[in-house]
Amino acid sequence: MIELARQAVEAATAAGASDAEAYAAEDSGREVRVHGGEVESLSAATQRGIGIRAWIGKRVGYAYGTDLSHTGVTALAQRAAEAARVVDEDDFAGPPEPSGAALRLMHAEGAKGAPEAGGGLSDPTLGEWSPDRLADLALAIEAATLAADSRIAGVEQAVYADSAESVALVSSLGIEGEYSSSSCYGYVQALAEGEDGRETGLGFDLGRGPAALDPAAIGREGAERAAAMIGASKPKSRSCPVVLDPTVAASFIALIGRGLTASAVQRGRSPFAERLGDEVANQVLALHDDGLDPNGFASAPFDAEGIPRRRTALIEASVLHTYLYDTYTAKRGDAASTGNASRSGYRSQPSASASNLIVAPGELSFAELLGEAGDGVLVTDVAGLHSGVNPVSGVFSVGASGLLIRDGEPAEPLREFTIASDLVSMLRAVRAVGADSRWVPFGGSVRTPSLLVGEMTVAGS
Amino acid sequence: MSALIDAGVAERVLAAALANGGDFAEVFAERSAGLTMAIDESRVEAVQAGASAGAGVRVISGATTYFSHVDGLDPDDIERAAGEAAAALRAQRAESRPLSATQATPLPIQVAPAEVPAERKAELLRELDERGRGAGAEIAQFTASYAEIRREVSVANSEGLFSGDDRTRVRIGAQAVARRDGTVETGAETLGAHRGFELFDDDPGSIAEQASRKALTLLDAGPAPAGSMPVVIGGGFGGVLFHEMTGHGLEADHIQKGASVYAGKLGEQVAQPLLSAYDDGRLPNEWGSDAIDDEGVPTQKTRVIDGGRLTAYLYDGVTARREGAAPTGNGRRESFRHLPVPRMTNTYIAPGDAEPEAIIAEVQRGFYAVSFAGGQVDPATGDFVFGVSEGYLIEGGKVTRPCRGATLIGNCLEALAAIDALGNDFEVKTGICGKAGQRVPVGTGQGHVRVQAMTVGGTEV
Repeated sequence: MIELARQAVEAATAAGASDAEAYAAEDSGREVRVHGGEVESLSAATQRGIGIRAWIGKRVGYAYGTDLSHTGVTALAQRAAEAARVVDEDDFAGPPEPSGAALRLMHAEGAKGAPEAGGGLSDPTLGEWSPDRLADLALAIEAATLAADSRIAGVEQAVYADSAESVALVSSLGIEGEYSSSSCYGYVQALAEGEDGRETGLGFDLGRGPAALDPAAIGREGAERAAAMIGASKPKSRSCPVVLDPTVAASFIALIGRGLTASAVQRGRSPFAERLGDEVANQVLALHDDGLDPNGFASAPFDAEGIPRRRTALIEASVLHTYLYDTYTAKRGDAASTGNASRSGYRSQPSASASNLIVAPGELSFAELLGEAGDGVLVTDVAGLHSGVNPVSGVFSVGASGLLIRDGEPAEPLREFTIASDLVSMLRAVRAVGADSRWVPFGGSVRTPSLLVGEMTVAGS
Repeated sequence: MSALIDAGVAERVLAAALANGGDFAEVFAERSAGLTMAIDESRVEAVQAGASAGAGVRVISGATTYFSHVDGLDPDDIERAAGEAAAALRAQRAESRPLSATQATPLPIQVAPAEVPAERKAELLRELDERGRGAGAEIAQFTASYAEIRREVSVANSEGLFSGDDRTRVRIGAQAVARRDGTVETGAETLGAHRGFELFDDDPGSIAEQASRKALTLLDAGPAPAGSMPVVIGGGFGGVLFHEMTGHGLEADHIQKGASVYAGKLGEQVAQPLLSAYDDGRLPNEWGSDAIDDEGVPTQKTRVIDGGRLTAYLYDGVTARREGAAPTGNGRRESFRHLPVPRMTNTYIAPGDAEPEAIIAEVQRGFYAVSFAGGQVDPATGDFVFGVSEGYLIEGGKVTRPCRGATLIGNCLEALAAIDALGNDFEVKTGICGKAGQRVPVGTGQGHVRVQAMTVGGTEV
């Protein structure tokens, strides 16, 4: 892999690039879908590809492909250089400088599938799990879902999927590094039969390898969430305290993370623009980006352009401390890269993006958090985040379902309502933070507990 | 059109796929090449060229699908992938029928985008930028994007089918941000088709002005109302409403799992008699059209609702075989790396005979949703949510003021039955639909549509 990347960098330089960088990745993945006690599909594949950035002075172009033969890579390098010739000059364009820190190899050692083990990014036992064993795991998730509650009518699907990835990065300025990581997840979409229709509930778990997954817990969560929604009705429209469970809180934190990238800020497309040093949140909420947390799926020794990953305090003691930078935005913002260049595989060029976003847990148990809310709404699911949030202003109105909170206790199920506010107002209105942190992979890699927001608009009937 | 793999190779691959038994085997080969670029801050940037080729092989035995895919079109590699897919099977070799090639006629492309110099595409973006920014002094930012993709596919299966398609799509998008004091609003517009560069012969720059006009209009917006009221949906992209609230629920995989509110409703009256609707993969050069689906079945026009009566579901091969139904040409996949699933093509409500103005004039107090940022539905419960990107208040039969941050929320069956007026205007717009982790191009269309009552989730309680 690293040899391939070196070859690509040479080819790009030969094609006229003043500087070049190649990112080669290989990914082996498996997926099992089960339904009704039978395996519905079993997929396995390995994919390999390379992406090349070519700089010609103050212009940069990108090309990617899957033909890794010598001629294929050479043609790709030429396309990257051609792409660079089309773009307009940009004073801040340029290749990342090597940081000086040795880019450690982060291989298998450490992790044994149990997230607590920490240390490495790969579960070395992943390959020992045969497709049959993985199918059994997915079937166990489905069986646990059906057994968890008599009102469960079925399972839409239960899924297990894993991925083992190797990445190599080489640049003409001397950056060289490689690492491997693995990840897996299991989930179930449970169906509960109510008097007036069906309800769905999602249960999930994730880890570095299948041993880290608890099929019984996944099934139980899906079943509980589906059954809890039976008989749901619309709440009355009003403004009230709202508790976001960790899955919902994570979706919002991921959106906030997007607004905290320097690229969004510099282009005036973030509600956090020009707010460095301002009080943007209630003091109970602390938010970090941590690209080194061994349990975070976005963790790696270095980011997508070879800058070491690190831990960055974003919001602490109410104050917004920094944005998330890659090399380009750092140059433009007269700052240093925070190691936050990311890409979604070799098909995309790096851009500034959060790694793992982590909300510091509080002291209150979930039950205590509901008690603190008194009378309000618990939101356990949101829909329409990609369409209901204005990323520039942060104003949002999204579909939601959950439970009424009455006298500090969970009460009747609620559906077909919206919650509306804006991201900064919401952060400022967070009144308490739970102790129930969990990793959630929706829209990013986030670890967060439940959040109590003092006031939000709930629109129902 | 030449096939990506020849008949001899296909037969060898199918034989390898059925070596350990199976009821059905298929090889799907694909070669794609694309180019994307963007303009931001009046600078052409992010020029990216991508190319990939590969094949996916699946074997179906009973209710189980075994799938493997490989990068590249080397016959030996594809045969190996077939062996991998078959590895988990334990039965006697099954036989494949001799292939009989059918000639599908790809949609006509006049000007192949790959033949157009990149500089011409950059010019197109500069024109969009100029016109978008020229629409008003309050346009603070403007971005536009260009994307072209050509996908050649070949598909062969053990039932003797051997077919192919050659698909070229182009699309441009414009996004404007308008700012006045502390108020920030966005507007977006797209233009795309299953066509060549000739799509841009007819004033493509107008979409830039439309995007800017939307953002400028919203600067004067007040808060959106909250509560239940009549809602008039605009033509064109308003069709995403039908796509989400009905289309997904008609996909046969959801139906067969009992995970759709439309299951068991075939032949029933689900809408008022004025409403008929279609899924049509043959609309000439529309964004969601193809000559064949990704299983080689010719696309077709399917009447899904006839005079308010539910008349058809949408099938891929697996779901059609399961219930002995005729395939409808809806087996689609994002790429050779994905399994086909039942997907919509171009879905639309047929126009009615009312003037759009007359539909609005009958509403005393209501909401006019001109276009959406997107939407989402849970087919099992029928709950849906839409983010409104351009919306207005209707008072006394007249459109009065623009509203920001509105979301429409409701239940499919109720909302579909509540459609009581259809406009005589009609337009199909482009969308990218996500399902099962796969994104495919879809068309959504309709004229003006009125829903008697729907929940608008705004902030004004």
